[in-house]
Amino acid sequence: MAAIEILDLEKSYLVGFWRKRPKPALRTLRLTIEEGEVFGFLGPNGAGKTTTLKLLMGLVFPTAGTARILGMEMDNPRVKSQIGFLPEQPYFYDHLSPRELLNYYGQLSGVPAKGRSARVEQMLARVGLTDSAGMQLRKFSKGMLQRVGLAQAILHDPKLVFLDEPMSGLDPMGRREVRDLIQQLRHEGKTVFFSTHILSDAEALCDRVGVIHQGELRGVGTVADLTSQTQGKVEIVFYAQKVPVGLTSLGAEATVSGNTVNAVLVEEQQDAALEVLRRERLKLISLTPVRSSLEEYYIQKLGPAEIRKEENRKGASV
Amino acid sequence: MNSRIGYIAFNTFREAVRDRVLYNLIAFALLLSGAAILVGEISIDIERLVVVNLGLTAVSLFGVVIAIFIGIGLVSKEIDKRTLYTVLSRPVRRWEFVVGKFFGLTGTLLVNTFVMAVGVLLALLYVTHRFENMDVWVLVALYFIVLQFLIVCALALFFSSFSTPLLSAVFTFALFVIGSLAGDLRGLANITPGVGGWLAAAVAYLVPNFSALNVISQVAHGDAVPGRLILYNSLYALLYATMAIAGAVLIFQRRNLK
Repeated sequence: MAAIEILDLEKSYLVGFWRKRPKPALRTLRLTIEEGEVFGFLGPNGAGKTTTLKLLMGLVFPTAGTARILGMEMDNPRVKSQIGFLPEQPYFYDHLSPRELLNYYGQLSGVPAKGRSARVEQMLARVGLTDSAGMQLRKFSKGMLQRVGLAQAILHDPKLVFLDEPMSGLDPMGRREVRDLIQQLRHEGKTVFFSTHILSDAEALCDRVGVIHQGELRGVGTVADLTSQTQGKVEIVFYAQKVPVGLTSLGAEATVSGNTVNAVLVEEQQDAALEVLRRERLKLISLTPVRSSLEEYYIQKLGPAEIRKEENRKGASV
Repeated sequence: MNSRIGYIAFNTFREAVRDRVLYNLIAFALLLSGAAILVGEISIDIERLVVVNLGLTAVSLFGVVIAIFIGIGLVSKEIDKRTLYTVLSRPVRRWEFVVGKFFGLTGTLLVNTFVMAVGVLLALLYVTHRFENMDVWVLVALYFIVLQFLIVCALALFFSSFSTPLLSAVFTFALFVIGSLAGDLRGLANITPGVGGWLAAAVAYLVPNFSALNVISQVAHGDAVPGRLILYNSLYALLYATMAIAGAVLIFQRRNLK
């Protein structure tokens, strides 16, 4: 069964002085995520990732379209007891301690009073906060708040977990812990939908990814499927002091390192390149297909110009 | 009461207590004890009048200030700080959140008012040395003050459901001031001819009638409060607060939490 079915969901905000000019934040999104899947939603800041999550959480209302979560309409209140949500850069009631906060959220989520305390302690231990469980959250660092956020998202043992930029702002150790947690959730059979702009995390964790930019879904599939779209290159390594002219004319990008040459060229030119090596009596060391990364796919989909524009925009707003 | 509303109300109360809102009681205690001692020394035969007037007015003002300044942030602060996201992504309906917040704030004010009321009665005992039958009307005046708080809380919550905290504070305080003059406004409407009279009457009946809920001067003089007024004021305050809360819910139900 599909865990999430997003059916032509759209969101526009009215902007301008009279609030009459619609500014699309999400354009007709159609997407299905299966149960037990770890799905990564990729895109630069302002691409529409958080808007999508907010729509699914009922925090903002769609301009058009709908979504079904775990077989129920997304505005069905019963859905909420089966989903967990970690917002981007979470902020919690800072007058509470993590133990009090989780207990409060447990009450709101309908976790039975009997066993609630034990569940809270279990979650605190799972995110490594047992020692600071009694300290007020206003004294917590960003990384510690993120851990609290993860604990509250899985406190009530939801079937489906939404994580908005869960690795954002974390140190390498924190990122590793979040990765491990997502892997654990996968092993427990949970569906995980997480947004990120850190491609290596998506590449390492996701069964499938979707790439969104300017509110529009640009591509969706398994990492292998998506990266194969940018494949078709081979790497040839051979002994030589300089790059043969014949290879350069085939469009190879070559670098000389000591007495070896490393050349990358399109797969179609592979035979011609080997012919050049034979003709020049050069000894081949290796020939391997180049596996392109998700980053290359991402850059191809978004376009370097658009990424640069995005970075400039971000830089200007800092 | 729906259990989720109770949990939200308790958390709101706990937040107010931990944010040291009840520290205002120290200022109140200092003001009242100072006034009682001063009045005891300089007033002859009007100690009761002065202490009741001053005490109840202070209870009212302290409470209204707390109601406005907490009330305006009840919803907007949660949106700004995004604490609301992890609440509304749970099986909590938006109306439950608004109503829970309202009960949390009124609970805070009830505790605050109870402590202040004890302070007023102690100050009264200090200057008059014994309670009299007419002092029971002081309790009625305190009850009316609590009814005022209900309305002020509901109005602050209503404005905060769509406006900024600053504007919400201005709107609520303006309504409190105009509502405190509602009796005079109705009198003005009666003697003003034409459109002006209609307009004054419309405003007078639209704003909350805080003047009817203010019997401080009356009870300070030891005058009784009619039972009918207690009934009407109770119904009026409940109806007005319910309407304001319903308005807040209606607006908040449709609001996008950006």
